[in-house]
Amino acid sequence: MSSHKKLLGTGILAVGLLAAPAIASDFGRPASPQEIKLWDIDVGPDGKGLPDGGGTVVQGKQIFADNCAACHGENGQGGIKDRLVGGQGTLASNMPIKTVGSFWPYATTLFDYIRRAMPYPTPGSLSTDETYAVSAYILSLNGIVPADGKVDRDSLPKIKMPNRDGFVPDPEFDLRQKRK
Amino acid sequence: MPEDYRDEVLSRRWFLTATAGAAGAVIASAASAETLADVPDRGPGADLGAHSERSRFAKLDRIPESTPGKRNIDPSDAINSKTPHQKLVGNITPTDLHYERSHSGVPDIDPTQHRLLIHGMVGKPLVFSVDDLRRMPSITRIVFIECTGNGWENWKKADPEVTVQNTHGLVSTNEWTGVPLKFLVDLVARDKGANWMLAEGGDGAGVDRSIPLTEEIMNEAFVAYGQNGEPLRPAHGFPMRLLMPGFEGNLHIKWLRRLKFGAAPWMTRWETARYTQLLADGKARQFQLRMETNSVITQPSGMMQIQPGYNRISGLAWSGHGKIAKVEISTDGARTWKQAQLTQPVLSKAQVRFQMDWVWDGKPTKIVSRSTDEKGNVQPDRASFIAATGTNALFHYNAQQTWSIDEAGRVRNVLA
Repeated sequence: MSSHKKLLGTGILAVGLLAAPAIASDFGRPASPQEIKLWDIDVGPDGKGLPDGGGTVVQGKQIFADNCAACHGENGQGGIKDRLVGGQGTLASNMPIKTVGSFWPYATTLFDYIRRAMPYPTPGSLSTDETYAVSAYILSLNGIVPADGKVDRDSLPKIKMPNRDGFVPDPEFDLRQKRK
Repeated sequence: MPEDYRDEVLSRRWFLTATAGAAGAVIASAASAETLADVPDRGPGADLGAHSERSRFAKLDRIPESTPGKRNIDPSDAINSKTPHQKLVGNITPTDLHYERSHSGVPDIDPTQHRLLIHGMVGKPLVFSVDDLRRMPSITRIVFIECTGNGWENWKKADPEVTVQNTHGLVSTNEWTGVPLKFLVDLVARDKGANWMLAEGGDGAGVDRSIPLTEEIMNEAFVAYGQNGEPLRPAHGFPMRLLMPGFEGNLHIKWLRRLKFGAAPWMTRWETARYTQLLADGKARQFQLRMETNSVITQPSGMMQIQPGYNRISGLAWSGHGKIAKVEISTDGARTWKQAQLTQPVLSKAQVRFQMDWVWDGKPTKIVSRSTDEKGNVQPDRASFIAATGTNALFHYNAQQTWSIDEAGRVRNVLA
């Protein structure tokens, strides 16, 4: 064992002693369910975390034009920032085009990302329904949702993205596999 | 004088004697051009200040950059800023020159208003302030942080006009101080089966990554509030960030404000659309979290010019697997190799400087370094690296870096 690891080990031992309950209760304060709700914005691939609500492709088209097109282009391509549309069938070529349609494995990630990070200058400014609607529009531009379609809490996790099976997890960190 | 350094001086003295023909001529001509009378007189200096600045003669700057190969950009378009390794010495990167990668600018956070929420599959969800963390038992550790995009200049072609700052400026080494993740996990009483942790930043993008809680990560990860002895700089996550020794830079979540425990990864945008590596067959490697064995010669390096005779080769080596065991240098285009000296201390998951004496005969050649870590991982040559990964991965480039030297001594970036 390296001397560094020994030191670290000693540090953790000391930490263990100090973490005895009487002292530990001094650190931090309990988080209330109400305040956790304010920050608990993540959405899992199973749809866990998606809020009530929904939106249509038609609604999303206008919201996209108002909030997204300036960077991502009128139809989700040709803008100054990430291309969102097209590229299917290019991933094994010399010029792969990675977009929501060609590359993203989960539709739930789209809702999560728009809600937490977009529009870039004012993240979090779209309502829940607007976020669903703009997700629906981007999916429709990629031919994944019909032009007269809508997405909501129940339907979004059920969408199978074209590149859903395109990812190979590193065996070292595939904990589910490891447990088996 | 540390023993290793003394050995080095002795070997150099021997070396200069042995090669007096070539090296002596250079030194003699430099010496005849001056006398000590030319050195300016001493005198009272400037007032002492509240903090010290660099000499006006030391020009050290990072380079802000947008996508690979896009330089001289408007600052508002920058997504990263690269460390000037060609001008640095030693193992530690100066704090203000530590590379930066931010996804939504640098937030201006008042530490008294910052909170860290830890919740999810835990017995006791808790909220911590910065002061709470600073009162806890702490650890201090020197580690490298490396952006997964480091080296991305050279995936498809080698631009001969770039420096090592362009090719390898997205890795740096600092000393970090903070609270072991294990300590925080015990406080909130993590559930059995909570094998993944979502870490989320307080930046505009709310950057978040799912982290597998392996034994190694549970033993080594910490929440840092100190950087080289002072509070974190805002660009590096003030007032607190996650430290994940040996793993992808983007896992070291800056401006950390939430840790959530769960049973499976969240599949965030950054671990699906962004930091995954596209292979030649169109499949993408996911959760390729560890940074591999790597090294680069920083002196001489791209856009420098050397003279025939004595030259010192120096560079940096690092591995996300542990300590660097050895670095070898070739001065004949990877045909023969010599072992370089490592500057002590050699620490696990930290950069270490290597160096070697060299007499250049003035003929065109290529210089290259390769590192081997304590687990036996050897930095691959470019041809076998590309054969295994293709050229579309964008991230995790750790092939050997070759610099060509022409008959005029001009050092240039080449693929191999």
